[in-house]
Amino acid sequence: MAANAENIKVLICQGTGGLASGAQAVAEAFEEEFAKKGVEAKVGKRCEVIGTGCRGLCANDVLVDIVMPGHEGVTYDFVTPEMVPQIVEEHVIGNQPVEKKKAGPYYEKFLEKQHRVVFSRCGTVNAESMDDFIAHRGFEGIKKAVKMAPAEVIDEVKRSGLRGRGGGGFPTGVKWSFCAASPGNEKYLICNADEGDPGAFMDRSILEGDPYGLIEGMMIGAYAIGCTFGYVYCRAEYPLAIKRLQKAIDTCYEKGILGKNCMGLGFDFDMRIKAGAGAFVCGEETALMASIEGQRGMSRPRPPFPAVRGLWGKPTNINNVETFANVSYIFYNGADWYSSIGTEGTKGTKIFALTGKVKHTGLVEVPAGTTMREVIFDVCGGILKNRKFKAVQAGGPSGGCLPPVALDAQVDYDSLIKAGAMMGSGGLVVMDETTCMVDIARFFLNFTRVESCGKCIPCRIGLKIMLEILERITSGEGQEGDIEMLEDMAVDIKKSSLCGLGQTAPNPVLSTIRYFRDEYEAHIKDKYCPSHSCKPLLKFEVIKEACKMCGMCYKVCPVDAIIWEKKQLAVIDKEKCTKCTSCYDACPFMAIE
Amino acid sequence: MSNAAETVQEEEIDLAAANEVIDKYMDMHGALMPVLQDVQEAYGYIPEPCVHLIAERLNVYTSQIYGVLTFYAQFHLEPRGRYIVRVCMGTACHVKGAGRIADTLKERLGIGHAETTEDLKFTAEYVACIGACGMAPVIMVNDGTYGSMTVQKMDEVIAKYKAMD
Repeated sequence: MAANAENIKVLICQGTGGLASGAQAVAEAFEEEFAKKGVEAKVGKRCEVIGTGCRGLCANDVLVDIVMPGHEGVTYDFVTPEMVPQIVEEHVIGNQPVEKKKAGPYYEKFLEKQHRVVFSRCGTVNAESMDDFIAHRGFEGIKKAVKMAPAEVIDEVKRSGLRGRGGGGFPTGVKWSFCAASPGNEKYLICNADEGDPGAFMDRSILEGDPYGLIEGMMIGAYAIGCTFGYVYCRAEYPLAIKRLQKAIDTCYEKGILGKNCMGLGFDFDMRIKAGAGAFVCGEETALMASIEGQRGMSRPRPPFPAVRGLWGKPTNINNVETFANVSYIFYNGADWYSSIGTEGTKGTKIFALTGKVKHTGLVEVPAGTTMREVIFDVCGGILKNRKFKAVQAGGPSGGCLPPVALDAQVDYDSLIKAGAMMGSGGLVVMDETTCMVDIARFFLNFTRVESCGKCIPCRIGLKIMLEILERITSGEGQEGDIEMLEDMAVDIKKSSLCGLGQTAPNPVLSTIRYFRDEYEAHIKDKYCPSHSCKPLLKFEVIKEACKMCGMCYKVCPVDAIIWEKKQLAVIDKEKCTKCTSCYDACPFMAIE
Repeated sequence: MSNAAETVQEEEIDLAAANEVIDKYMDMHGALMPVLQDVQEAYGYIPEPCVHLIAERLNVYTSQIYGVLTFYAQFHLEPRGRYIVRVCMGTACHVKGAGRIADTLKERLGIGHAETTEDLKFTAEYVACIGACGMAPVIMVNDGTYGSMTVQKMDEVIAKYKAMD
């Protein structure tokens, strides 16, 4: 059912974040309230409750927008079912927004520097409604594309300057032209939705919030390259995304948009979702294809590249979700419009997932070339508890940690690589002074070691040995020469691994050594963790000079092991203490060592 | 389940559901993974007799099926608990103290990663990113997501499910 401009609209975020915060109960509360009070008769307009995709500010879910006809929408955050009667009474019936419950000025700041292109439909339209999609320019792009020859479509994408959003940054138009030039009638198009990077969730939000937009982008790609069959390889960890995309695909088949002679435009395209089974390496294209074929997800050497010999031995083109989502917008507004956004080398916008120790965690879409500082401090409100910023981890397990001096780096492919990280999928994990960099390196290496497919020795054995060294260092048994050994191994593993996983896995170690070598040395030489976070090196004692007697540690201790009274220094009773480290997190002054 | 010292008893299970799944995907290119996923959906894990059945009907080697089963994190070869507690170990959760959440679970229920309680009530799983990083640290119990976990909240959630059947 399409949204009618004359209706009163209640937009409720129903992405995974929203639902986890109780969006379903809030939606039901609105429905109930409308029915109970006979609101529609009172205001003489239909009231619609619309479930939308993610709006980005997941930290403040449940977000609700009330849009009264002829007025700007008003956003409420942290909405609970208990708040609904008041909002309905005063705002919907009385047309007076409830000032006290409105999202504060930070919400405007959160949106101010963003340029929402790919996310323009997320949070404003009903994610499951095709009519809503069409009312918001849906399928305009594919209609424009089929009026051109396939080669012209590829040229348009080349001119736009779009580069792969999966992290590698390869020019999308060029990639398409390779596959288009391969001989043969049977070609495959694959959308890589195996978003395995811990800390990145933009692909999931696109699938949940704008599934039709992805389908349209894939249709344009299929027409340009000459593919008749498409797969979306999606992580099985994303049940809601799979459900919504499946529903969208089914609707498209019903309406004749997919299948034989799509929309009557004169080309055929079939689509199917393939659910992954939990392996990070399947985000690597050759492993992904092996997985679709029903084998173990093992990488193979390239060449032959997928564009020549891919899935089932046929030419195959693989792009990331965000890449396809961008394609639709290039055709809505033209390549010139698209290339006017961004920097010399990186065009358009990029979505970042901000997590860790920032005030407003969530998804942020900014023009390429915005600086790290603007993203972290202006858009996301800076560091939690006003602690000191220490580092930002960009690009997931293949990326690197950047120190405060790199905050003025622009977020585009080339600047980030220069700084020692990479764009990757766009996860940015912000760390403050309580995060130990050696432990972070250990964490990422542990992840890549577990997820290594085990086919090639540098990755399988090399990462394991590096991890053992890091585990030794973080448990206080580091030795002289460990740092040099790590550097040496990292370089060899990067050079000799078979696929992207092994070639980039040592990056977090190299970048933390480069920028935070002093922390490694403190662990090895002094058996001391400057961030007070490596458990084996903790003493569980209060630093008298730093303690401000606030009692925060006393309040959080689950076993009452802390002795404290007002205006008294806190003391930890080591007999009772279970070493759970709750007090370390709670202390605003890092006064426990 | 199978301990080398014991004589392994072939499990007695009803294969009707597995046959139904195989019928559905029989003619599909690359049917093995969807078949395994749906069989697991039906039984809660992949029982050994099903592996032999799939091998026979899809005409693949048993070794190839076990190769796939042991490669992917989502396949399970043993029965699991009624409540699957997934502790997210993604970067954001790690930075915000997921390790402590996992420790609490281990202390309270005595189960670590991929372990199940004796009474088949709880199974613990440490998973990589479930994509709700905005509310780190996060756990899931079956399909319910719980965000911003602390040791105290963990106790509440465990108590809640302990009280259920």
